[in-house]
Amino acid sequence: MSLPAGLSRAPHGGRARYGRETLHAEWTKLRTLASTGWLLLCATAVTVAVSAAADAAATCPSRGCQADPAKLALTGVQAGQAIVAVIAVLAVSGEYSTGMIRVTLTAMPRRLTVLAAKAALSTGLVLVAGAVAVLACVLAGRLILPGHGFIPAHGYPPPFLALSHGPVLRAACGSVLYLALIALLSLGIATAVREPAVAIGLVLGLLYLFPVVTSVIGNQHWQRHLEQIGPMTAGLYVQATVNLRRLPLTPWEGLGVLALWAAGALIAGALIFRFRDA
Amino acid sequence: MTTVTPYRSTAQEARDGFAQLLRAEWTKFCTVRGWVIGLIVAILVTAGLGVLVAKTAVPACSAQTSTGQHGPVRHGAACGQPSYAQGPGGELVQDQFYFVRQPLAGDGSITVRVTSLTGLGREEINGQLAGSLLVPWSKAGIIVKDGTGQGSAYAAMMATSGHGVRMQWNYTQDTPGLAGAVSGASPRWLRLTRDGDTITGYDSADGTHWTRVGAVALAGLPSTVQAGLFVTSPRLMSYSSSLGVGNVSNSPTESTAVFDHVSRTGTWPARAWTGDNVSGVGTMNDQGVGYHQVAGRFTVTGSGDIAPLIAGAANDGPNITVRDYLLGTFAGLIAVAVVAAMFMTAEYRRGLIRTTLAASPRRGRVLAAKAIVIGAAAFVAGLAAAAGAVLIATDIAHRNGASVYPEPWPTELRIIAGTAALIALAAIFTLAVATIVRRSATAILIVIVTLVIPFVLSAPPGIPVGLTDWLLRITPAAAFALQQPAPQYYQVQANYIPPAGYFPLAPWTGFAVLCAWTVIALAAAGYLLRRRDA
Repeated sequence: MSLPAGLSRAPHGGRARYGRETLHAEWTKLRTLASTGWLLLCATAVTVAVSAAADAAATCPSRGCQADPAKLALTGVQAGQAIVAVIAVLAVSGEYSTGMIRVTLTAMPRRLTVLAAKAALSTGLVLVAGAVAVLACVLAGRLILPGHGFIPAHGYPPPFLALSHGPVLRAACGSVLYLALIALLSLGIATAVREPAVAIGLVLGLLYLFPVVTSVIGNQHWQRHLEQIGPMTAGLYVQATVNLRRLPLTPWEGLGVLALWAAGALIAGALIFRFRDA
Repeated sequence: MTTVTPYRSTAQEARDGFAQLLRAEWTKFCTVRGWVIGLIVAILVTAGLGVLVAKTAVPACSAQTSTGQHGPVRHGAACGQPSYAQGPGGELVQDQFYFVRQPLAGDGSITVRVTSLTGLGREEINGQLAGSLLVPWSKAGIIVKDGTGQGSAYAAMMATSGHGVRMQWNYTQDTPGLAGAVSGASPRWLRLTRDGDTITGYDSADGTHWTRVGAVALAGLPSTVQAGLFVTSPRLMSYSSSLGVGNVSNSPTESTAVFDHVSRTGTWPARAWTGDNVSGVGTMNDQGVGYHQVAGRFTVTGSGDIAPLIAGAANDGPNITVRDYLLGTFAGLIAVAVVAAMFMTAEYRRGLIRTTLAASPRRGRVLAAKAIVIGAAAFVAGLAAAAGAVLIATDIAHRNGASVYPEPWPTELRIIAGTAALIALAAIFTLAVATIVRRSATAILIVIVTLVIPFVLSAPPGIPVGLTDWLLRITPAAAFALQQPAPQYYQVQANYIPPAGYFPLAPWTGFAVLCAWTVIALAAAGYLLRRRDA
């Protein structure tokens, strides 16, 4: 039995065009959902607000307080990532909730292409929102922190929190990449479990589990290892700009651990998506 | 004339009580396998994390330093033995001070004048104290004590450097007397009298006009007690969390006080004063402490504290408490919230809500029935999770010889039942939020952002305490205060911080915040459910 033309094979124009059309279709879906814009705005606002509140609550009363101004100014990423995770989860699970996924897969039977298009678009949106949020966080840090004792006399020489300073640039770019990787991790998990509530619970449970557990564990050997393998704890090493030698991993290695988690989740999600009945 | 009998169905009229509604909702809940699995996952995750904490707890004998950067944080010294003293009330106490004493046989009194209190302390530089520093709770005064044994009963009148004159007894009790600091120009007169089991404390600014500060009954006080002058100075504790790593500064301090006009009544069989550095196991510095007497003038230097030990991370007591076994509560909470949200949103997703509301048109009652069913299920799951975590983890920690803060049973019960109540209330809160927003993803997001993230942000070091302090007062996460492991003592300076289990609000006040949020959310949900088209 032969399938009607165009269903199993790419339409005229070949792979590239098929990919472009899938991307376009996914973009239309994402763009026309009111929730996407709101959630992106919300993620940016929460990140900046929590960072500014952390800046305002921080103090450096004397020399040698060793606080990491970059990490402090980017505290909000730890809260904003929850909303980023929701954006990515909804990009996939939203279709399952409404049954739209059957239409999508009928129109575009190449499932991996669909998944890749969804991943590319949500990552792109998160990169843009993340960049805006991180820039605002750095700006807020530069404005607020000097008023709370982060001054040259206490060991914070100018240029304070300048993006031209290598470690600060790494912390800023790394935080944007961190948010993008969180989106990919969430997308992978959401593709595997389909139900949005379960996916969000799993992603946030996985992220927040490690920092909470390592804060209480008394055994330093275990503490170190758990920090190294936790997607959030390791990934946020990229925000460190002082005392780098005390970190269990280098900043980029830490982000690499998160990338491994994201890759693992995406591969698992893709395999299940490819072979499971929608 | 014929009468027409209207048709009546022979079927029995269906009952329409609240019990039927509850039963319907209960049936819905039980028959969805995923939801029941979700609750089981909540139990397993909570208990599993408790086991992990207990398994990785450091045995008392190998614990020496933890996160302290300025000087080591003291822990138990002897391996496998309880290395902390217990006070008369059974609580762990610190009983370290310099004691210039004589036995007092039978009833009697002692009166002194304190003319100065100065301090020495700061970061330890090569084991030496450097700089001058007076911690607010350094104490100098007179004490009547049941021997010099660790944790024995006592009552004391003292001048403190930052909190005026106090009368303290049996480690946990504290009453204020005259305010203001001690100096040569404004000395403080102190008096303790013993009459049977009753010790009465008096203070005075001039030695003629006396005020009674308090009277306490120390049950079982022997006829001969040790009485005399004492000086002590607690460790300087601070926790700076804005650093990349949690940084606990915990260093010893010393205080020196000058006493004169020592007068006594009653029978004092010994001729001379004895100087004793009363201290427990693993004492830090005893260099510097001591006394000397010139005519009637005593100069006494002491270090330590006579106070309850504060447990938990970054404090002097054992750093594992029952609360740490319940660390997984937040993860269990996420699982329960997912189930509670879907318990409502699944109705909208499948269109079942129309059937539900057709069968029971009084919508408020539907919401109430759902809240009761999910609340009860979550309470049972929470109770199983908390009790399981505490029982299993206590057993493991005990076998590993970890030093764990002993909890009196009412506190342990409050922590376990409170955790179950927190999970149940959180489930009802989630249900109400899910009714309002009707989408599980949004509901879960709202619940996690308000209930879980403030707790998570408070856990690891690196977040300014000011931020989490504020969040843990106003968000539903305030209810985590139910897990506070021990009272917060006004008269003991310690790191009362969330990683040690101390939240900004008192346990039941914190729970009341979650209750208030739940009531508000339920009211909004009930209103919207009635007004909105399903």
